[in-house]
Amino acid sequence: MAAVLAARALRKSYRGKEALVGVDLEVGAGELLGLLGPNGAGKSTLTKIACGLVRPSGGSVEVLGRPAGSPPARAGIGYLAELFRFPGWCSADELLQLHQRLCDSVGGAGERAELLELVELSHAARTRVETMSKGMQQRLGIAQALVGSPRLLLLDEPTSALDPVGRRIVRGLLEELRRRDVAVLLNSHLLSEVELVCDRVAIIADGRLVQEGRPADLERPRGVEIETAKGVRLFEGAGREEAPEIVARLVAEGELIHRVEVLRSTLEDVYLDAVQGRTG
Amino acid sequence: MSGMARSVATVIGYALREGLRRRVFLAVLLLSLGFLALYGVGAHFAFRDAGGFAEGEAKILDPKAFTGATIFGLAMFTTLFLGSVLAVFLTLGIVRGDAESGLLQPLVVRPIGRTTLLLSRFLAAAGLAAAYVLSVYAAALAITWQTGHWAPDHLLGPALALALAVAIVAALSLLASTFLSVTAQGIVVFMVYGAGLTAGLLAQIGHAINSDTLHSIGHTASWVLPFEGLYAASLHALISNTSGLTGVVLQLGPFGGSEAASPGLIIWAFAYTAGVLALAAAAFARRDL
Repeated sequence: MAAVLAARALRKSYRGKEALVGVDLEVGAGELLGLLGPNGAGKSTLTKIACGLVRPSGGSVEVLGRPAGSPPARAGIGYLAELFRFPGWCSADELLQLHQRLCDSVGGAGERAELLELVELSHAARTRVETMSKGMQQRLGIAQALVGSPRLLLLDEPTSALDPVGRRIVRGLLEELRRRDVAVLLNSHLLSEVELVCDRVAIIADGRLVQEGRPADLERPRGVEIETAKGVRLFEGAGREEAPEIVARLVAEGELIHRVEVLRSTLEDVYLDAVQGRTG
Repeated sequence: MSGMARSVATVIGYALREGLRRRVFLAVLLLSLGFLALYGVGAHFAFRDAGGFAEGEAKILDPKAFTGATIFGLAMFTTLFLGSVLAVFLTLGIVRGDAESGLLQPLVVRPIGRTTLLLSRFLAAAGLAAAYVLSVYAAALAITWQTGHWAPDHLLGPALALALAVAIVAALSLLASTFLSVTAQGIVVFMVYGAGLTAGLLAQIGHAINSDTLHSIGHTASWVLPFEGLYAASLHALISNTSGLTGVVLQLGPFGGSEAASPGLIIWAFAYTAGVLALAAAAFARRDL
C-alpha cells in the first residue's frame, strides 16, 4: 500500500520543549489510522505539520510524495482542526463555495449538495454558521474538509462536540470514505470509536510513538471466563487455544458448563499500558 | 483567469461580503453621511460669516480662499482619520487574531498559500479604505464648491495622496497583526498614526517659527511614516498656487502643509508599502499556526 502520509524521524520543539521526538509514521492509501495519546502528547502537532500549519524542527513529512505544506501537498488534503471557527455570517453553502474556489474544485453546486447530505446538513444549506449548534458546525467542518475530494483527510478530534447520533453519522461517513479510498488520520480520545472504525492505531506519548498496529493485533488474551452451575470462574492468562482443554477438564470433574467466553484486552487496556498513566 | 488571480479575487470577495454582512459598510456610510452633513453646515456658515473677515484691509487676505482651504483642510484631516480607522478595522486580527480564534487555519491549508492570502486581504482592506477616502474627498469637495464656490488649487493629487496614505496605514496594521493580539494591534497602529500626525504638526510649527530642529524632526518622521508626509503634501497641494498673505497664513496654519510631494516621496511611499508587506509576509510564513 503506497503511503499518502509518511513522517520520518519527525521532531518538533517549542521554545526548547520537545513536542515530537523522532516519530516515524505512515498512512497508506485508503487506510484509516487512529492517532491516540494523552493531551499534549504531540498528536495535533503532527497533524498540523502534515497540513503545513507548523514547521518541523527536524525530520520530514511527505504528503502524496510531496513535502508537507507545499502547494501540491496542500491540494491533496482536507483538514479539520480541533479548535476551529468559521465566519458566523457565512451560510453552510457559502462556506463550502469559498473552499471550492480556494482549492479550484470544479464540483460546483452538486459537490456542495452531496457533502451536506453526507454530513446530514442538507436542510441547513442556507443556515448561517452563527446560528448552528456546535455539533452542526463540526459536521460542517468535516464537509468543508472534504471539498475538492482530498486523498488524505486529517481530522483532529472531529467528534468532540457531537452527540451520539452525530458520532454515528461521522462513523458512517468514515466508512464511506474508506470505500472511496480516502486515507484518514483520525485524532481522537474516544477509544471505542477508534476501535470501531480504524484499520490501524498509533499511540503517541511524550512526543514518541509508543505503540502501533491493527487493533486486533494490539489486543492480548486476558483469560477464559466460564460460567458453571457453581458460578463464574476466570482462568487468567488462558487464550482461545487453552479453552477446549479447560472446558474438558471441568466437564470431567462433573461441572455443568453454561457459557464460555475468551476475554481479550480492549483498546483501552492497550492504551493505558502504552501511556503508563500519563495524562495531559 | 490564472489560479492565483482567481484565489486573490476569491479572498477579496470574501472580505467584501464579510464587510457587507457584518453591516460594517452600512455603519461607515451612515456615519460618513453624518460627517458630511455636519461639514456642509459648517462650510455654509464659515463662508457666510467669513465675508467680512478682512474688511477694510484692502483685500490683503482673501476670505474665500482662507475659509475654503481651512475648512477643506479640516475635511481632509477627518477623511484621513476615518479612512485610517476603516483600514485598521478591516485588517484587525487578520493573522494572529484569526489564528488564535481558529478562523485562519481552514483557509491557510488550502493551496492558495500564505503570501497570496495576506496580500489579498491587504488589497481588499487598502482598496476599500482608498475608495472610501476618494469618495469622502469628492463629496467634501462638492460641498465646499456648493457652499463657498471655492476649489483647491489641485483636485486630484491631494485625493490620490490621501488614498496612498490609508493604504500605508493598512499595510502597517497588517504587519502589526502578524505579531500582536487584536487589542494590542489596534492600540499600536493608532499610536503610530497619532505619532505621525504629531510629528507633522511639529514640522508645521518648525516651519512657522523657523526652527530647523523641529522641521528636521517632522521631515524625518514623514519619511519614517510616509502616510504623514503624503498628508502634509496633500494639504500643501490645496494652496500651492495661492499667493500673497493668504497663502503664507494658510501654510503656517494647522491645515497648511509645509512641503510639496516630491517624486522621491511618492516612490518611497510605494517602496515603503512593498517593504512593510514583504516583512508581514515573511513573518506570516514563519509563524506556526
